[in-house]
Amino acid sequence: MTALATQQLIDLSYIAAVIGFILALKWLSSPVSAMRGVLIGEIASGVAVIATLFDPQVTHYKWIIITLIIGAAIGVPLGMVKMTAVPQRTAVSHAFGALSAALIGIGEYYVGTPHLTKFEMLEIGLEVIIGSLTFTGSLIAAGKLQEILPQRPITYKGQNVVSLSTLGAAIVIMLMLMAHPEYTHLFAAMVVVALLFGVMLVTPIGGADMPTVISLLNSYAGFSAALLGFVLNSKVLVVAGALDGASGFILSVIMCKAMNRSFTNVLFGAFGQVQVSAGKVTEERTVRSASPEEAAGILAAASKVVIVPGYGMAVAQAQHKVRELFDGLTKRGIDVKFGIHPVAGRMPGHMNVLLAEADIPYDKLLDMDEINGEFAQTDVALIIGANDVTNPAARTDSSSPIFGMPILDVDKARTVMVIKRSMGAGFAGIENPLYYMDKTLMLFGDAKNFVGAIVRELAGGHE
Amino acid sequence: MPADFISSLFVFILAAFLGLELIKRVSPLLHTPLMSLTNALDAIVVVAAIIIAGRHETKLSTLLGLIAVAASFSNMVGGFLITDRMLHMFRAGKAKKS
Repeated sequence: MTALATQQLIDLSYIAAVIGFILALKWLSSPVSAMRGVLIGEIASGVAVIATLFDPQVTHYKWIIITLIIGAAIGVPLGMVKMTAVPQRTAVSHAFGALSAALIGIGEYYVGTPHLTKFEMLEIGLEVIIGSLTFTGSLIAAGKLQEILPQRPITYKGQNVVSLSTLGAAIVIMLMLMAHPEYTHLFAAMVVVALLFGVMLVTPIGGADMPTVISLLNSYAGFSAALLGFVLNSKVLVVAGALDGASGFILSVIMCKAMNRSFTNVLFGAFGQVQVSAGKVTEERTVRSASPEEAAGILAAASKVVIVPGYGMAVAQAQHKVRELFDGLTKRGIDVKFGIHPVAGRMPGHMNVLLAEADIPYDKLLDMDEINGEFAQTDVALIIGANDVTNPAARTDSSSPIFGMPILDVDKARTVMVIKRSMGAGFAGIENPLYYMDKTLMLFGDAKNFVGAIVRELAGGHE
Repeated sequence: MPADFISSLFVFILAAFLGLELIKRVSPLLHTPLMSLTNALDAIVVVAAIIIAGRHETKLSTLLGLIAVAASFSNMVGGFLITDRMLHMFRAGKAKKS
């Protein structure tokens, strides 16, 4: 086969791959067709990789095969992590994606210099800056999610000025390189500064803001791949990067809306630091608490229960006990549903995956808009490890820092039960008036143990 | 502006708008698998890594290319694997209902 014919066949395989990518996302619209989507995505990627191995430009195979095997050896354990570790795994994969895009861009620079045009230098510069900052930013996010690094926001005075100047410095160096692409030490400096900026970007962001940050990093990783497609004139990269970037972008917008905040506020606001709790909190208010026995009695008498899970459920690893509770109540003919806030947990969809892993049918998992109309007919709303997403102050108190944030209207249920370790406030340090309502019962304890105790009571009482 | 850039920009704009339309339709139920699937699709940068490593132009570019092959291929393998595992769990829920 001539080189031209081979090249055309490779290009055709890339077009086939792009069709596969688009179908993969299309079929992800529903859980019914989603498996088919993954399969076609796998086939499409496989075809593209195999075709590339036949590219006439590829002359040395040994190390490519070895590194492919190494990649697979790293990928398999990363694909087999426990569902509770999915947020940090996702952050690590954003880091790897951005790393490869950045490294290829750096390689292209060193191959092309000093013969790069201004425009090529601009493309490579932008690509490498975004790839590098996404790499370190994602590593910091992964560290926070794995709790190697503190989850709280780490801030200091003048932080935003320092961070933005760092980004500015990277861009200024890139502009200098456009005039003098042969200054390789400048290029190295640009990479270092961009890496540094990635660290500065994510360090001040708290754990509860991770759903937005992880979505933004997803978006950056996608766009860095798309930019790499511009550099290499590879349309398959442009398409895959644009799809990934668009996906991350939409998720970021959904997460921001769900917290009633803007991108800039998430990135530069360091939520939870600026808030000084209002003076009225000092007034002593009483809460009613209940034992597992009493809680089980109330649940057994209900006909409709909505469970609202939050990050606390994930931390306590309580999802399997929650499944037992779900089974116990369902067996008694009680209608049990789950109300899931978009930012519950540490990444988009986090709660759904944990509950699906615990084998709860997905048609019982309802998102905020679906469930909110049902609270008025609900006998018991049981909140497990969620706080701010249930705070009615977001609806009523215009002085509250979370005023305007869409919440789950649990306070409209006849009885509210809250499983919580203590009376400590949520991530934003905001008091939750829900806890002081007459209809609210506080169930103090570890989520897993408390749910387990309720399950035992229910089983015992039934005999 | 080079012609290549214009044609890439065309493709980018179309793909980005298509992506926005497609992803808006993904159920919030599946947002986590969505992220891991797009991650796996994005790992297609491995094809660029293979070419830059396989061209063997300079020692540095080959080395960087090889690291990129390992990093992106691990994303491809791991991303598809975990998406598959997650979606199996969602399917199990449906099977039980019927």
